[in-house]
Amino acid sequence: MSKHHHHDVPRDSYEIPTATWEKGRNIILGVFILGWVAALAGYSIDHKQFFPSYLVAFFFGTGIAIGAALFTMIQHLTGSAWSVPLRRLMENVMMSMPILALLFLPVAFGLHELYEWSHPGIMETDALLKKKEAYLNPTAFYIRAVVYFAIWSFWAWRLSSWSRAQDQSKDLNLTFKSERISAPGMLLFFLSASLASVDWVMSLQPHWYSTIFGVYCLAGGMWAFFAILTFTLLRFRAHGILANSVTVEHYHDMGKWMFALTVFWAYVAFSQYMLIWYANLPEETIFFKVRRTGSWESVSAILLFGHFAATFLVLLARASKRSLNVLRFVTVWILCMHYVDVYWLVMPNFAKAGVAPHWMDAACFVAVMSTLALGFWWRLKSAPIVAVGDPRLEKGLEFQNV
Amino acid sequence: MAEHSSIHGVVADFDSPDTLLDAVRAARAKGYTKMEAYTPFPIHGIDEAMGAKPSILGYIVLCGSATGFTTAVLLQWWTGTIAYPLVISGKPLFAFEFGFPVMFELTVLLSAFAAVFGMLGLNGLPRLSHPIFNYSGVAGSSDDRFLLVIEASDKKFDANETKDFLASLGAEKLEVVEA
Repeated sequence: MSKHHHHDVPRDSYEIPTATWEKGRNIILGVFILGWVAALAGYSIDHKQFFPSYLVAFFFGTGIAIGAALFTMIQHLTGSAWSVPLRRLMENVMMSMPILALLFLPVAFGLHELYEWSHPGIMETDALLKKKEAYLNPTAFYIRAVVYFAIWSFWAWRLSSWSRAQDQSKDLNLTFKSERISAPGMLLFFLSASLASVDWVMSLQPHWYSTIFGVYCLAGGMWAFFAILTFTLLRFRAHGILANSVTVEHYHDMGKWMFALTVFWAYVAFSQYMLIWYANLPEETIFFKVRRTGSWESVSAILLFGHFAATFLVLLARASKRSLNVLRFVTVWILCMHYVDVYWLVMPNFAKAGVAPHWMDAACFVAVMSTLALGFWWRLKSAPIVAVGDPRLEKGLEFQNV
Repeated sequence: MAEHSSIHGVVADFDSPDTLLDAVRAARAKGYTKMEAYTPFPIHGIDEAMGAKPSILGYIVLCGSATGFTTAVLLQWWTGTIAYPLVISGKPLFAFEFGFPVMFELTVLLSAFAAVFGMLGLNGLPRLSHPIFNYSGVAGSSDDRFLLVIEASDKKFDANETKDFLASLGAEKLEVVEA
């Protein structure tokens, strides 16, 4: 309706210039090789340190991919137009799923190093653990992991390939099909991702349980997904890629999402903490007891003030959500805080005496994330970087906040 | 001028959002500041064209939330530790752990009050009527007409001159509306 008011905005090319793409590929490839050399060296030097460090990196990457998939499905279900210019990038992040299935192998391989419950004899002798044996055993653990990755990869592949097919065919039915598959997809992703958090992180302390734990992990992962999406778009913009398609209006909306998820994460984190604090049951409080002892207490404080309070106050203002400079800083901040969060979930199970950062944490992080980045980078080349066949694209390009 | 005290302003009736937006820009360029547009749907960019400043409502809400939070802290701390110090299930007399839900709720409640009542106040509501309803074609502004009113309180306002000016912008109908 207000189309005619717009000055004729120059249209972007929906392809990354070959020179830029190759430069990016070379950088990522270099980092990838360095990361894996360091991670493998770390494994051979000290595999006791390797597995926890690797699990942190793996869980960090998985959370982002799940966040991307959930958000893509929400966009289909709501028939959203504003996000259409960004959706191909989300789909490319979401398509990390099959790679993550491969990246899960070291976790599966390190089962006995990571999970106390996997040792024979432990479950049978402990009255509390005995009751969890039907769920917490290696066979069930492996089967569930296969099921999770099968669901995640299938849905990611379906949504992504339909979207790519629509680039050429402009077939409206693909939009309807994506909508239809997204409804059960949301449900399945939510349940499977929740259980995956239980399997991979919560069971590191097999006595402990928290029913909201999966939501906690999902909230953090989605938060980090928005940060990485926004950060990537800002880097693109610096190179003139999608500079006219993704405007401050889109950044403003992503800022709102980051703000909302800052609050949502805090809400869930607090709900978990308050109920455990109030009930005061030993097998529940053990989680926070470790994290409120010694130097881990400082990390908990970083989460309270850095993950929540600081991000909340900065993103509260409309002006900061519309300032690309503020967002550039905030997205990096969010990614750091999410790493601290995942580190805080995993590491106290291994470093009970106190925080013990290790170079292998960085090595594994670089190895995992560069692998995912490489997959992402390749997918940028195999299709336009915007869903050009989507019927809502024009509307999405012209989107403005009222 | 005495006659102006009973005049609300001049209404110009346009047939499209484009002509309205152009008229708003032209009026601003001419130096008019007190104007209002009435349209059937939100028009992107009209706030900027009219030079509307961002609302101060956000700051009012911020005051509401700060008041709510502080009230909740003081209320729970004072009742729990001074007025009625009772130990309940071995918990401290006051702690943020159990106090926070109330702090959150009161923050949200007073923020919502501040938002709703602040919005009503800033909009001058509630009021029984508005001079724009004296315009004979006002119903069109919720259908397919786009109205621009230059109000009599504007320093540059002169009923005849303003009317001529708006006519030159392509208004299809013009009317001086009484207050």
